[in-house]
Amino acid sequence: MIAIEVCTTAFDPWQALQQFQQQPAFNTKQSGANAVFVGTMRDFNEGELVQAMRLEHYPLMTQKHLQRLVEQACSAWNLDHVFLKHRVGELLPGEPIVLVAVWSAHRRASFEACRQLMEDLKHQAPFWKQETLNDGSTRWVEKNTAG
Amino acid sequence: MSIKVLFFASLREQVGHSQMQCPWQADLNPRQVWQQITQTHLPEHILVARNQEYCELDTPLDDGDELAFFPPVTGG
Repeated sequence: MIAIEVCTTAFDPWQALQQFQQQPAFNTKQSGANAVFVGTMRDFNEGELVQAMRLEHYPLMTQKHLQRLVEQACSAWNLDHVFLKHRVGELLPGEPIVLVAVWSAHRRASFEACRQLMEDLKHQAPFWKQETLNDGSTRWVEKNTAG
Repeated sequence: MSIKVLFFASLREQVGHSQMQCPWQADLNPRQVWQQITQTHLPEHILVARNQEYCELDTPLDDGDELAFFPPVTGG
């Protein structure tokens, strides 16, 4: 089962996971492994305190590109389920930005696919962050952190 | 005959528009569209997508295409 969601309001990744797993098509009997990554907003970046963030995206391309990344992961590893959820809009520090969850028969596929999906998403999916600093000024984030 | 041109994030602010139309002609490519619309040099590290798929600055465009210019992505 594959699910890709982009949401405009705050979400609880653990509740989202629970809901995903409660769907009739979800079956874990064959899955011996589940890797989950949750990315949250930090209150600092590039040596400055950050008060808030706005996440912009290119909706049509986001959906298309995330779908492609998931398909690539499913071709590279034998995966049972993939759930990807990304936040857009106005965020505050501590709020989840992204959830990547992968299920497979063995741990290697889950670990590797989860990591690869996250890295590909960060470097390719059309999202952009604009930060509001503590003095009220705003700035666009120009690059990802090294990881 | 035209193409739709979209700008995102810092490039939208730089250009002053989120969306514009550009007349289409044979052999038109994204580099020429940028120059025609903005009358400026291409910013360094600019990314471009044709019909929601990454493309090159010299990819030929078709009438009716949706072209998007944006800075390096920073999601996740």
